[in-house]
Amino acid sequence: MRLKITGGMLVNPAGEKRGRQDILIEDGIIKAIGQNLGDADKVIDAAGKTVFPGFIDLHCHLREPGQEHKEDIASGTRAAAKGGYTAVCCMPNTTPPVDNAAVCALVLEKARRASVKVYPVGAATRGLEGRELTEMGEMAEVGCVAFSDDGKPIADGGMMRAAMRYAATFGRFIMAHEEDTNISGSGVMNEGYHSTALGLPGISRVAEEAMIARDLLLAETENLHVHIQHVSTAGGVRMIRDAKLSGVKVTCETAPHYFSLDDSACTSYDARTKVNPPLRTPDDVEAIRQGLLDGTIDCIATDHAPHHKDEKHIEFSLAASGISGFETAFSLAVNNLTDDADTLARLFSVNPARIIGVKGGVIQEGAPADVTIADMDAAYTLREEDIVSRGKNTPFIGRTLRGVVTHTIVDGRIVYDGGAACR
Amino acid sequence: MKLRSKDMLGLYDTTAEEIKLILDSAGTMKQLLAQNAKKMPHLQGKSIVALFYEDSTRTRLSFELAAKFLGATFSNLGVSSSSVKKGETLLDTGKTIAAMETDVIVIRHPLGGAPKFLADNFPGSVINAGDGMHEHPTQALLDMFTMRERFGRLEGLKVSIIGDIYHSRVARSNVWGLTKMGAHVTLCGPQTLMPAAIEQMGVNVTCNLEHALRDADVVMGLRIQRERLQGVFLSTLREYHRYFGIHEDSIRLCEKDVLIMHPGPVNRGVELSSAVMDADNSVINEQVTNGVAVRMALLYLLTRKDDKR
Repeated sequence: MRLKITGGMLVNPAGEKRGRQDILIEDGIIKAIGQNLGDADKVIDAAGKTVFPGFIDLHCHLREPGQEHKEDIASGTRAAAKGGYTAVCCMPNTTPPVDNAAVCALVLEKARRASVKVYPVGAATRGLEGRELTEMGEMAEVGCVAFSDDGKPIADGGMMRAAMRYAATFGRFIMAHEEDTNISGSGVMNEGYHSTALGLPGISRVAEEAMIARDLLLAETENLHVHIQHVSTAGGVRMIRDAKLSGVKVTCETAPHYFSLDDSACTSYDARTKVNPPLRTPDDVEAIRQGLLDGTIDCIATDHAPHHKDEKHIEFSLAASGISGFETAFSLAVNNLTDDADTLARLFSVNPARIIGVKGGVIQEGAPADVTIADMDAAYTLREEDIVSRGKNTPFIGRTLRGVVTHTIVDGRIVYDGGAACR
Repeated sequence: MKLRSKDMLGLYDTTAEEIKLILDSAGTMKQLLAQNAKKMPHLQGKSIVALFYEDSTRTRLSFELAAKFLGATFSNLGVSSSSVKKGETLLDTGKTIAAMETDVIVIRHPLGGAPKFLADNFPGSVINAGDGMHEHPTQALLDMFTMRERFGRLEGLKVSIIGDIYHSRVARSNVWGLTKMGAHVTLCGPQTLMPAAIEQMGVNVTCNLEHALRDADVVMGLRIQRERLQGVFLSTLREYHRYFGIHEDSIRLCEKDVLIMHPGPVNRGVELSSAVMDADNSVINEQVTNGVAVRMALLYLLTRKDDKR
């Protein structure tokens, strides 16, 4: 099977060939990049479109096993393919959690029939309870790319230090959900004017920043890599920027909603705006944008967190936290962050691949043919019925967004072709 | 003039003109009550249901009397606050009540925004009788009615609200209402009980009771919930009373005719000393009387709008 992509603008900051190039794919591998590449069984006309190395999402929730009413690996990866993702890292807070090699193997078994590549992240502590280390060695051997108790912080600093060192033993690292739950308490949105006016308990920025500070110090002292998840505050960006300048081995991500919405979005008590960390202030939104543009924030991860309607169409304080994010991440970045395709490629492809150390993030001869094609100028209005994920919980319904993924190709296989998802 | 919304969810969404309309109508209702005409036809044929997820004595009774004086059918659906997290959802409860041809739901709920959620999913009117830390609009309306009755105006009045501002829906509703009507509001309490960015609501904020009391026309104490606050937001009640209690010593900073108010129920000797509470310038019982009149006016105005639709 030979697949050819013709006439597109190749954006490839980590590769040698860029610009107007045709790409020939054979048996799942990039065979050639250039002009006049010969015949193919199928040709994608990418004229006027932009061709990226496949997007890689470092943070999503596929909900399987145990929470299939929210999402499963099949539906979640279909949504990921529609969003342009060729690989995703799924968090371990399933039921049961991915805290041993057997559950990890189950996820990978299901993922063999998925639309995109799935890299599981294993739990750092047993049952995500923050008390005992998991068998990280075995999980790494089976296929876990990193470890995290995402959804919860590792509250005990001694346990966090041990988890970082134990993960490093097996060439892995910790992805940290940063929240001091003694500070965040019963909070359900950002603490500030809007939480006061709405009478909702607030979550101070300090809940996140205090834990970021702790983990930066641990990373510095231990000289180990830590990855900070879903950074949402200006103070977090500032501390990470300073730490990077001092040579601390820190990487981090943010999610599209943190540079697209502020806490004024919560004023209708619409639980679709409820997310953890919470939407912050306009100043934070601006700092997140700056952090992404100056390289402090390495990548955009979706934190795709699908929920059932019954868990969202209720009182704000009782609603589940999270936004269904695969299908809008790229267009939100185009609309609210930058038009610059090189920057987008770094944030969606190059840096995520580098952080978890997998093949990808580059289009070059001999590499796996993971490719995302987008029309940067086309626009669409997001409608609930068009969402492929089981989780329709997004505050962006009704928004008209520019930047449309038209094709997603995984190992040379077209998993999304602009119409309905393929499989 | 009519109210714009089918619901009364809070004074944040209510205009100065609407507030004036409600207070004026309440004046009429109070006159009728004073004539001992406690059976009027305004709400005949209407069905009102009280849905209280939190305990209440005066607010629920006040709504019940207001509804009955105006000829409505009034029913209580007793629910405990534990059923917020288990059992039937608010959405389903609302649909059930709607299916019984209910015109108005009066709701009290421990979570901010619950009345708004109900109102979005209920065709009739929803009146917020207190939601979490958000709003308690009818309390603020009766407070403003009481002040206006005494001073003849709200504009330019200096109103100091003292105590647990953080948890107080009464404080928030009074701030929105009073500032819209041109009054100057000062909030006073320990910093642990002051919500974030509260000054952006257009009020003065102080931790010094002296500053709050001096020059005040109205001093309103707020209830201190002992169980919830002691040790976490406050040290001892003794110390609270010393620095934030309105008692014989601190009240000397005020003019003699300062109005003493409290939404009740009062912890005697904590927010207010007994002597202050029972003094001539305390209008705490007057507030209760006015509460019935204000709720009659609101029920009338909301259901009247319904008829015109």
